[in-house]
Amino acid sequence: MYQYDSHDQRIVDERARQFRGQVERRLEGSVLENEFKPLRLQNGLYMQLHAYMMRVAIPYGLLSSGQLRKLADIARRYDRGYGHFTTRQNLQYNWPALEDVPKILEELASVQMHAIQTSGNCIRNTTSDHFAGIAPDEVADPRPYAEIIRQWSTFHPEFAYLPRKFKIAVGGSEDDRAAVYFHDIGVFLVRSERGELGFRIVAGGGLGRTPLVAQVVRDFLPEPELLAYLESIMRVYNRFGRRDNKYKARIKILVEALGIEEFRRLVEEEWHKEREQGALLLPAEEVARVAACFEPPPYRQLPPAGAQLEAFRLDRDRGFGHWVKNNVHPHKRPGYAAVTIALKEKGTPPGDVSDYQMERVADLADEFSFGELRATHLQNLVLADVEVSRLRELYEKLSALGLDAANAGKVTDLIACPGLDFCNLANARSIPVALDIMERFEDLDYQSDLGELSIKISGCINACGHHHIGHLGVLGIDKQGVEHYQLMLGGSSGQGASPSLGKIIGPAFDRDAIVPAIETVLQTYLALRSSEDERFIDCYRRVSAQPFKEALYGTH
Amino acid sequence: MELIENGRVVEDRFTQLQDAQPIAERGDILVSFERLQGQHEALLEREGRLGVRIGPDVEPEELLPYLSQLSVIAIEFASFADGRGYSTARLLRQRHGYRGQLRAVGNVLRDQLFYMKRCGFDAFELQAGRSLDDALEAFSEFSVIYQGAADEPLPLFRRR
Repeated sequence: MYQYDSHDQRIVDERARQFRGQVERRLEGSVLENEFKPLRLQNGLYMQLHAYMMRVAIPYGLLSSGQLRKLADIARRYDRGYGHFTTRQNLQYNWPALEDVPKILEELASVQMHAIQTSGNCIRNTTSDHFAGIAPDEVADPRPYAEIIRQWSTFHPEFAYLPRKFKIAVGGSEDDRAAVYFHDIGVFLVRSERGELGFRIVAGGGLGRTPLVAQVVRDFLPEPELLAYLESIMRVYNRFGRRDNKYKARIKILVEALGIEEFRRLVEEEWHKEREQGALLLPAEEVARVAACFEPPPYRQLPPAGAQLEAFRLDRDRGFGHWVKNNVHPHKRPGYAAVTIALKEKGTPPGDVSDYQMERVADLADEFSFGELRATHLQNLVLADVEVSRLRELYEKLSALGLDAANAGKVTDLIACPGLDFCNLANARSIPVALDIMERFEDLDYQSDLGELSIKISGCINACGHHHIGHLGVLGIDKQGVEHYQLMLGGSSGQGASPSLGKIIGPAFDRDAIVPAIETVLQTYLALRSSEDERFIDCYRRVSAQPFKEALYGTH
Repeated sequence: MELIENGRVVEDRFTQLQDAQPIAERGDILVSFERLQGQHEALLEREGRLGVRIGPDVEPEELLPYLSQLSVIAIEFASFADGRGYSTARLLRQRHGYRGQLRAVGNVLRDQLFYMKRCGFDAFELQAGRSLDDALEAFSEFSVIYQGAADEPLPLFRRR
């Protein structure tokens, strides 16, 4: 993974010192709360319902075991003994004290981490594919480019006070495992007809109140032009994005208002002018310097393990069999596999993990996966480089930690925002609904029968739980002071199926009716599917909403 | 009034004129963009330096005809959260070669100064009531920068 040099280290050290000064000036009163707000936000510090919430950046989701141990240590010493992995591959603490935050930043800096720009109207943490570098279907490893973007966007002086927050994702393969089409800017690694590596640039995607799929700005951008092009898009947005209404301030609204043609014209015009200055052209040496940090680990020469994997899937221990089937993923190298550690244990909010679990998972990363792991936008962890022959040993150790949920990609591998239990924007609780679903569909054979599914739950229209892009989306609303839930069907993040936005199926359900409604939808699917191989999303796209509507609301 | 100029607290030598105020025959003055456009020739005939105060919605290109005649361009931040002025500043400095003073005015606070300086501002009128001397510390909070901008044209990857 990327290793800080003295420059990178100095920046995070100086940031911790700067924030210590800002907190002191806030506490003594020389900085007003409204002035302090963007400063603390750009350090990932939110005011929530009960306390401050602090969001730590995990650039493109990649963590070392040492970093995870530090996160555990911080959770124990400064929080309540747990952390929460988010849909943007970050980690949140729900209970830090303001006075402790400068110290926490120093602790993070000591392991090459920070909370820079994890919130606020600036360029946020860049996200990527959690299988980057090991996915068999990858054009090239997206992480070096994500790191180059991280450095370019860190304390960018021109783009710290944008109209609204700004999220960039980088994907390395056609199958989109990072919801790239739902970002302000999406970057896909592609090859030109002549085989040169470059990027397809999309912009204007997002969820929230106005969900939109990003549109293509440029089909092929040569590698050296990446930062010049991104800077041009940012400048067009900074100058012309709306600032009069925060709900119309994201770049997607600008792209919609101008139309993609005019938006592209403005960006390209800016880009041509920017290129004349030339300073932003990315030298091959810089790409090589960063890419060297992402060289493959010292893999062993192993024979292909397809037969062994097949045997594992049919193992007499059905827990292990399901786990291999669902949580073990293909790897570029023969004999290796990637493993999802699903943070979706019954009774625990999705993405939550205790300090003890973090430390033991760090040990497992050292023991099984070259000391590295990844956080995913589905609120899980991944050990990316595990020898197939050691899977059972790993499974047994995960079982002992209560982290053996064999449900990756299945109905209970759902994501949920913190909801009304924590968040002051929420209209309804998300976590209890998530927990009910996990309980209702607990049976692994039932989950297996239902196949690939994603349920996503948000407690309000800001859509932190990505409800528009769940195969089933649940949106909490407030109906005359009572929590209700709208059900959406047919969304897709772009993984395994083309990106799409779900549609509301009908009137909202109350708290007691939402989980049975989900079950009705899934039973209807089982009755309608053309074969066991037809996934829910494919079936829905084939038969459309009508039969589900009838099953839920009757025919009248 | 006092302002920060090139890292020092100094007395402002410019008089800021409202549009209704008469223009004196000599002395350094700052006028609105509308007045600069409307009374351009009269403003050039007098003795003394000329500056203009622009809002964040003025395009840098609109200033091109006047650029060589201006000693000060003051960019207004109605709210510190409105970041358009940062782009305006970089374009004036880096694309259009403006060499005179670039002054940040309005809701200008200590914690924005570092970024403003990087974008090409060299003078700062702080929000009333704030200590200019304390604010000077903001310029040295970071000793390493990743991006090229008006203060350092080369990104770190070309200096590493």
